[in-house]
Amino acid sequence: MTRAETCVVACAEAWRGDGAILASSAGLIPHLGARLAQATFAPDLLVSDGEATLLRDGRAEGWLPFRSVFATVAAGARHVMMGASQLDRFGNQNISCVGPWEKPTSQLLCVRGAPGNTVNHPVSYWIPRHSPRVFVEAVDMVSGVGHDRNAHEIRVVVTDLAVLDFATPDRSMRLRSTHPGVTVDDVVAATGFALTIPDDVPPTREPDDEELKLIRDLLDPAGAREREIR
Amino acid sequence: MTIGIGGWGSRRKPMAVVRAVLRSGRKNLTLVTYGGPDVGLLVAAGIVRRVVTGFVSLDSIPLEPHFRRARSEGTIRLTEYDEGMLYWGLLAAANRLPFLPIRAGLGSDVMRINPELRTVRSPYADDTELVAMPAIPLDVAFIHLNRADTGGNGRYLGPDPYFDDLFCLAAKRRFLSCEQVESTDDLMAGGPPQTLLVNRSMVDGVLHTPNGAHFTSCVPDYGRDEAFQQEYATTDWETFRARYLDGGEADYQLAVKR
Repeated sequence: MTRAETCVVACAEAWRGDGAILASSAGLIPHLGARLAQATFAPDLLVSDGEATLLRDGRAEGWLPFRSVFATVAAGARHVMMGASQLDRFGNQNISCVGPWEKPTSQLLCVRGAPGNTVNHPVSYWIPRHSPRVFVEAVDMVSGVGHDRNAHEIRVVVTDLAVLDFATPDRSMRLRSTHPGVTVDDVVAATGFALTIPDDVPPTREPDDEELKLIRDLLDPAGAREREIR
Repeated sequence: MTIGIGGWGSRRKPMAVVRAVLRSGRKNLTLVTYGGPDVGLLVAAGIVRRVVTGFVSLDSIPLEPHFRRARSEGTIRLTEYDEGMLYWGLLAAANRLPFLPIRAGLGSDVMRINPELRTVRSPYADDTELVAMPAIPLDVAFIHLNRADTGGNGRYLGPDPYFDDLFCLAAKRRFLSCEQVESTDDLMAGGPPQTLLVNRSMVDGVLHTPNGAHFTSCVPDYGRDEAFQQEYATTDWETFRARYLDGGEADYQLAVKR
């Protein structure tokens, strides 16, 4: 079992209990997670092909052009797992630019749908490389809003090292589990702000046999997931 | 002049028209767009003053190199909205409303970098505070569809209409380029009625531009030219321009077939 496979299952767990809502994602591992959740414990989830087609068990089942995605966002019937170039302890996220917005040192994507997503429906994040460059004290441009700015719900952050959530009194970030082979100290060293660390940090659950078979034989037989974690 | 450009990212962009705008010598343009290589080409050519957008991306290449450089060098202005806010601004303009209320933007730095944005409070019992997204009226809109008749009725054949109808409805002057011009009867026979995205009242001019979305996708007529997009993204601007853009559209189409 590989780290990437653990991450696919950790991403899938983000959608557990969500019902018939749209599971959107940026990145291959969250996409595999959404499809795995749909194929196992969350069969009602709607999953898109990233364009305008809804997929169930890998087959087309509906139409969802961008304008309908915006309606789904506004209706709150969605849970997206986005990426983040920067993320702070309350879940404020930046994908827009690094440096001062007026003249950035590095222009990235702009805010995309992050402002609308974070005030309308649950949002989680996928960070393929957990580092102090991503987990910062303060983001340069608040694209996705965090809990201190009235986010609807930032649910979990899945990284290549750990799963984090916001189950604290002030809804700041907490370490939920570390992936097999990763220590709490590894996560602390890779995080640029003070995390809440429970006394007992369990390991992230490992994929079961059925999940491994689905990932390896059906969802990603070419193993592209292994290249998303570097 | 404020120009709205249809499509989305590197998908069904009216690229032949973008190339014509690039050659036109017009300057100080404001572009309103779900940005892709339309932004990159016009910014690199130095004829854009402001970009109004929610993102600029080449899709298969996440970041647009010319847009990135212009931002870092401070040579363009940016009005940056959430994607849904851009939709709402076009919808407000299409409906001749000064604004439309929306949740997107609340709490984010979109409000900080656009200090002219205001909020509005619901007059009803909920008392909700919302962003008052201002209308985005356009002087000109350019869109590209798969099929059209000479009068300005047009059909998309791919999976997504994007927001091309709204761009037309928000604009004073509207131009539709297309892969094939057909008789109205053939256009009607070419698919279900709900894919007839625009009608004559929404279009002032029709241009026949085969391969006119190149190098963006225009499915099912053709997909994105990934190899060419890669060349665009990795070639320095003067070389690229000399190789592909200094002649007319026919020269471009000949050059990209080599």
